[in-house]
Amino acid sequence: MIKLTVNGQERSWDGDPSLPLLWYLRDEAGLTGTKFGCGKALCGACTVHVEGQAARSCITPMSDLAGQKVTTIEGLDAHGDHPVQKAWREVNVPQCGFCQAGQIMQASALLLQNPHPSHDEIRESMSGNICRCGCYQRIEEAVRVAATGA
Amino acid sequence: MQHFIAPRIENVSRRAMLRGMGITAGLVLAAPVLSRRGFAAYKTGADKMPHGTVNDPRVFVAIAPDGIVTIIASRAEMGTGSRTSLPMVVADEMEADWSRVHVKQAPGDEVKYGNQDTDGSRSMRHFLMPMRQVGAAARMMLETAAAKRWNVAVTEVKAVNHEVIHTASGRKLGFGELANDAAKQPVVEASQLQLKDPKDFRYIGKGKVSIVDLHDITTGKAMYGADTRLPGMKYAVIARPPVVGGKLVSFDPKDALKVPGVEKVMEVKGYPWPSKFQPLGGVAVIARNTGAAIMGRDALKVVWDDGANAKYDSVSYRAELEDAARKPGEVVRNNGDAEAALKTADKVVVGEYYLPHFAHVSMEPPAAVAHVTGNKVEVWAPVQSPGGTREDLAKTLGIPDSDVTVNVTLLGGGFGRKSKCDFVLEAALLSKAIGAPVKVQWTREDDVRHDFFHTVSAERIEAGLDKSGKVVAWRHRSVAPTIMSTFVAGAKHQAPFELGMGLVDVPFDIPNIRCENPEAVAHTRIGWFRSVSNIPHGFAVQTMVAEIAHATGRDPKEVLLELIGPARLVDVGPSVKDLWDYGEPLASYPIDAGRLRGVVELVADKGEWGRSLPKGHGLGIAVHRSFVSYVATIVEVAVDDKGKLTIPRVDTAIDCGTYVNPERIRSQIEGAAIMGLSLAKYGEVTFKNGRAMQGNFDDHPVARIDEAPMVTNVHITGFGPDTPPSGVGEPGVPPFAPALCNAIFAATGKRIRSLPIGKQLEST
Repeated sequence: MIKLTVNGQERSWDGDPSLPLLWYLRDEAGLTGTKFGCGKALCGACTVHVEGQAARSCITPMSDLAGQKVTTIEGLDAHGDHPVQKAWREVNVPQCGFCQAGQIMQASALLLQNPHPSHDEIRESMSGNICRCGCYQRIEEAVRVAATGA
Repeated sequence: MQHFIAPRIENVSRRAMLRGMGITAGLVLAAPVLSRRGFAAYKTGADKMPHGTVNDPRVFVAIAPDGIVTIIASRAEMGTGSRTSLPMVVADEMEADWSRVHVKQAPGDEVKYGNQDTDGSRSMRHFLMPMRQVGAAARMMLETAAAKRWNVAVTEVKAVNHEVIHTASGRKLGFGELANDAAKQPVVEASQLQLKDPKDFRYIGKGKVSIVDLHDITTGKAMYGADTRLPGMKYAVIARPPVVGGKLVSFDPKDALKVPGVEKVMEVKGYPWPSKFQPLGGVAVIARNTGAAIMGRDALKVVWDDGANAKYDSVSYRAELEDAARKPGEVVRNNGDAEAALKTADKVVVGEYYLPHFAHVSMEPPAAVAHVTGNKVEVWAPVQSPGGTREDLAKTLGIPDSDVTVNVTLLGGGFGRKSKCDFVLEAALLSKAIGAPVKVQWTREDDVRHDFFHTVSAERIEAGLDKSGKVVAWRHRSVAPTIMSTFVAGAKHQAPFELGMGLVDVPFDIPNIRCENPEAVAHTRIGWFRSVSNIPHGFAVQTMVAEIAHATGRDPKEVLLELIGPARLVDVGPSVKDLWDYGEPLASYPIDAGRLRGVVELVADKGEWGRSLPKGHGLGIAVHRSFVSYVATIVEVAVDDKGKLTIPRVDTAIDCGTYVNPERIRSQIEGAAIMGLSLAKYGEVTFKNGRAMQGNFDDHPVARIDEAPMVTNVHITGFGPDTPPSGVGEPGVPPFAPALCNAIFAATGKRIRSLPIGKQLEST
């Protein structure tokens, strides 16, 4: 039995301890905001926070999460008004939107570590998250807006 | 920052999942049995699409007594914004206040809604006018209802911002108060409709409305193909034959069944190739969650018979295509006598170009949920073809269309892949077999290896120049397996819809033009990829223009304008049997050399063509007409001494006629630069022993944020009510790769004739 906290709620898992967190979240816990894009930590669509750090849930086994705090896009802010979420809306970032939960989780983790990232630091930190629609120009701008408030 | 208006939204698919399909209470403009068919003030090719268009307000608009206006989005949303922009057209035309509008996604039903194939950059082109008519009819019915209530002439009242006003007395009635009466008015005949004067548009052309799904996307609530959950639902992944045309021989489920959570392993029916969009077949692993199903499939042992395509090999196939391009082929356009003119030319510039298979790789791999109950099926799926999916499900299950419900979720990218519903059919076959709802999830490897690939092509152009350097002869041979090979066995020539994408419609003012299409046999599934044959044709043509400029020591932009020639409507002549022109009537959508010149001149001006640059930087330009829009791009590239390229700036000019949502046009063009960069730098799927050799973002990379252009400028022109709307989703892609490679030549002197660029710059 693995006990963990997801978005502030205590949960337990008594199934396969090697199951990646992604599938626990999506299929067992019903939190479908976290997306599957590659299964190999190559695209960042599945990004969540584990103890405040960005983590790729597709390669994080449940056995690593005993006693850990997991935050998903659904739990980033009770009203969906985290500064990164607001910036994403202000800049009109998404096209199809599929990768954006992962992008937002990555960006919010970045700003926790580094509240005022440079242009290059934004690009470097976000380079693990793929957007096939090509919203990169706006993602960069939205992270800047979230960091500076303007 | 602009201020955006956020509407409330409803999503039929989600509501259906939660509480069953139902009609929202208070619908008063209820759908009739038979829809009125649309007409257009300018003719489009919409009438030739299955089920055409519908302009009946009772189908698309409902007004509740509380004033909430619900507008149906009948086409799929894959990121272009049409789910916002088309309802916005209705709202503008009917004078609804966007903040009191709900958008509701239609299920697959083309008899009711008209054609739903969300492809070919057609949504605005075919539905702008029908949606204006829907809005105008609803507005006039509301005005008539108010005039009757007040017992005044209808000419004395006017709908303004969600209410109808009697100007003389200052009386007002809200849309909600008028809803019941308005519903009783006869629908205004199309010929009697009074459309708004474009100067009175409040939303159309303004770019002040954000997409309806923006809040849900940023909070994880937006529903995509894999996000539907049903009670008792099982999760399936499928092992498919690695070679197209191959089939299952045997499988051993023992180890798969040992994986915790795996419940069942079973065969999935396959269909002989070519079979349009039917499933490839294989072995399904069914489990309590997707992760268990994937681990179970990893443990599965399967023996395949590879079939007739077992020897497909990209290296030898490339040699075959290039060889074919050096020999005469079927003549598909012939003006003057290019053969003779090439012989007598002062100089002949020859370019041979190669573009490989691309995979779509939308961020959302294919996934769908199906629930078969008795003789009925309901699916939740991210499909570009809601109506076609319904028909294919009916055929596959042997049931009437009326017993098929296709709930259209958001698409996590489409790019043409999700015009093919094989993954939905798989889910339906499995649900039928196990008697429970099933979600089929494709992994990224499944997506890359079992795609309907962009074709692979060899392009060869010979340009004959006279003594002054003017081009007098042009012979372009294009060799590529056709998309038709996915539908019928033995198709060896490009179809009119492929030849017409930048080959036979080449808009150049050259007296002798000859286009040929030698044979090519397909050995895998070929399908539409965003921009389709415009990518190879446009790459070859626009690279050749720069090669001619270099050969004659002239400025590439000047050569480009000289080749386009004077502003005129281009006549390709009678040798082209079927110009196609994107299925549009030529009268509405001629090949307009003036508009082509216009975007070249605009981008050259705004993009500061000819500006001085640091060492190692270069500028490239390209223009291409596709999906009846005109797009020109200038790329500035910087290449360092190790061959690493960066992109300081991109400028793109687009003329897409009358436009509705410039904010989304910008986002499409920004994205087209990224997709163009991806395919130019990396895009390639290769085959060996019939198998696709790539599978995920490690061996099939796409562009990442640290490679994106530092500056992307989009210049939109051509807004005017007299120009019919044209495509936006696809036309941005074709000019990007040639503009980039022309810039690389300017920066380094290295001419890229084969994509992807890969490591070609490292050897310089």
